[in-house]
Amino acid sequence: MAIVLDALSWAMLVGGALFVLIGGIGALRMPDFFTRMHASSLTDSLGPMLVLGGLALQSGWSLETVKVLAILLFLLITGPTATYALGHAASVAGLKGGTREYRASDPREPRA
Amino acid sequence: MNRPANSPPTARRRSARYWLRMSATLLLFMAVWLVWSGYMKPLLVSLGLLSCCIVILLSTRMGDLEEETGWLGVLPRLPAYWLWLAREVVISNFTVARIILSPRLVLDPVMVTLEADAQDPFGQAVLGNSITLTPGTLTVGVETGRLRVHCLTQAGAEELLRGDMNRRVAALTRR
Repeated sequence: MAIVLDALSWAMLVGGALFVLIGGIGALRMPDFFTRMHASSLTDSLGPMLVLGGLALQSGWSLETVKVLAILLFLLITGPTATYALGHAASVAGLKGGTREYRASDPREPRA
Repeated sequence: MNRPANSPPTARRRSARYWLRMSATLLLFMAVWLVWSGYMKPLLVSLGLLSCCIVILLSTRMGDLEEETGWLGVLPRLPAYWLWLAREVVISNFTVARIILSPRLVLDPVMVTLEADAQDPFGQAVLGNSITLTPGTLTVGVETGRLRVHCLTQAGAEELLRGDMNRRVAALTRR
């Protein structure tokens, strides 16, 4: 049982690190401000979820586990809030990048 | 709130719901205090309780407990929503990771206006944060129930406008 938990937790830690890495690569590859924010949201969501989840498994059932999960909860609430502040400021300042306004093809017709 | 914003709360009779809200907040503070400190000695716990009471007192004076945010009623519906949201986050993480790692970076960023089903500010905030938390969609503005959302692809925008998350958040934060 312990070995299974250990393997699972290491898989989560490595997987989380991978997503953080991909988010970093994306932030470098993306062409403009908004698309870069999309890339870095990988670092904001599944990255910490897997890394902190893996850490929680490592610490077993103790107070540390609860604290790690609380940190995760706060990250998942404050992360998007900070992202909103950044994106809203850019949007108010009139930044567009390569973005166009959405236009539906035809809402009544089911898409192929 | 009906009274002017910066007048101190009057000593009028509080409703039963107000007291319920206050005790729930106190309970939450105390639970957080216990988890953070890990102390179980009677003296320290009573000091912690005292500091929680002081915080409640200060928030009462600031009028923080006047408004009903409805988080207490949301609590029992939260686990199911979180499970669903976690699934969405995992799926969209893989979608965006694939876009990032594809040799030709195929992007089609669009800006969408989404009409929030949730009527109150709390529900709209939850919706906005949930949208931002799933990679590929990014809330950049909330105004009078309308959310401006930046989407990485047209497909992501259509997924969002299908309104699954919108409906679920409205059901989650319904009073």
